[in-house]
Amino acid sequence: MKMIRAIIKPFRLDDVKEKLLEAGVTGLTVTEVRGHGRQKGHTELYRGAEYSVDFVPKTELSVVVMSEMVDTVVDAIVESARSGKVGDGKIFVSDVEKVIRIRTGETDVEALS
Amino acid sequence: MEPTVTTQLAGDILQTKYALDTFYFLVMGAFVMWMAAGFSMLEAGLVRSKNTAEILTKNIVLYSIACVMYMLIGYNIMYGDSISSMIPGFSFGLGGDNEAAAVLAGGEDAPYYSNLSDFFFQVVFVATAMSIVSGAVAERMKLWAFFAFAIVFTGIIYPTQGMWKWGGGFLDEAGFLDFAGSGVVHMAGAAAALSGVLLLGARKGKYGKDGSVNAIPGANLPMATLGTFILWMGWFGFNGGSELKVSDIAEANATAMVFVNTNMAAAGGCIAALLLARLWFGKADLTMALNGALAGLVSITAEPLTPSPELATLIGAIGGALVVVSIITLDTKFKIDDPVGAISVHGVVGIWGLLAVCLSNPDATLAAQLMGIGVIFAWVFGTSLIVWLIVKAVMGIRVSEEEEYEGLDVGECGLEAYPEFNQTRT
Repeated sequence: MKMIRAIIKPFRLDDVKEKLLEAGVTGLTVTEVRGHGRQKGHTELYRGAEYSVDFVPKTELSVVVMSEMVDTVVDAIVESARSGKVGDGKIFVSDVEKVIRIRTGETDVEALS
Repeated sequence: MEPTVTTQLAGDILQTKYALDTFYFLVMGAFVMWMAAGFSMLEAGLVRSKNTAEILTKNIVLYSIACVMYMLIGYNIMYGDSISSMIPGFSFGLGGDNEAAAVLAGGEDAPYYSNLSDFFFQVVFVATAMSIVSGAVAERMKLWAFFAFAIVFTGIIYPTQGMWKWGGGFLDEAGFLDFAGSGVVHMAGAAAALSGVLLLGARKGKYGKDGSVNAIPGANLPMATLGTFILWMGWFGFNGGSELKVSDIAEANATAMVFVNTNMAAAGGCIAALLLARLWFGKADLTMALNGALAGLVSITAEPLTPSPELATLIGAIGGALVVVSIITLDTKFKIDDPVGAISVHGVVGIWGLLAVCLSNPDATLAAQLMGIGVIFAWVFGTSLIVWLIVKAVMGIRVSEEEEYEGLDVGECGLEAYPEFNQTRT
């Protein structure tokens, strides 16, 4: 099992969610986050003075899937989150040891389906 | 027609005119009172969210202090029997209203509106002047130090210079013209604000040690925009009511002219400020457009009657361009931190408005206008500085650095304007 965490532009969320559902993902978690990459944020203008926004608002979504689905899910995110401009975000894939569904106590494959 | 019937009819017409002019005065006064709401929203929008509740508290309480102080002593200082053309008289409370017989006597000297309606109209002007101070010292002044200053400013400082002009004092005798108060109200408020800001210093983090200027963006621009629209609307009362009368053809036409010119000047100021900001900074700067509209209004306040609507638009536009230059100059060259631009909008542009009287009013002289500007500024700035210094010595005027970082909402009011979003920002 793998956890896929993606930092994306907030306005791409709807598209990404649809693609993930099409790819067979049954559940996902979304968090509003702030951060920056190589561009170190951006500048804005207020009353003639520039100021820097170091941490830009982003959306982080996390989804846990069976290992064989990872490529499909990653492709779905890349395809739907990409605008081609800086700030499109990153995807992180990591191992998940165990999954438990709280209501039933089911674990791993049963808990994910 | 029988003579008695004619007399009866003439009396009825006088009564109707008296009622109409009083009614007009009261409604225009209520419009100006609403400007307090405009200032509250503008200031609440242009400060950070951690100082919202404090600035709202300041605005509604300063309005109330102005009302009480002006009733107790201010109105009599400004319009009571004066000792000389420079030294006002002093007495407490409000007098009675007009006798019906005096009104019905008719003629030039007969009163044509209620005395209390005059008090009501004037008292809301004092509050306007005091509101100007509130925005400039925002986000770092102690709440109660501000209230202490408000008592002296609305009770004594403002009414004294008001008497010099509108109370028939020496500025009026010298031919100084100020229709609705570009000087008496707006520049006076800005002069008091400037003296306070100079003693108070800039907000923490506004200017870097290397001389850099940091932007401190306002928390809520919809609110600031609403405040500007409310002020724009209230200004129809401010200038329109200052015509003092509507009940004959000439006065009705004049009042309409004042409304039209007031509106045009604001529009001109807004457009000019936006265009200049776009050319200068490369972006359509909303808060400059808001300040530009207000600058247009301040520009036309000294003389909203004699210019043509085209000239009024131009006078407002020059004010709107001037305010952008002034805000940037005060900020970057003089390091005077004025979060809402009040000193530029009301002070620098107030001076322009007083000078612009000469463009359309043949009775105006440059010498008298300059004299008025100098006298009002020197009096208000000087006396305000003394009062601020006394307040500073007695109770201090600036909150602690820690309170400034935490926000004045919690420090002064013990609450937050938006408790659901309690994340602290610098």
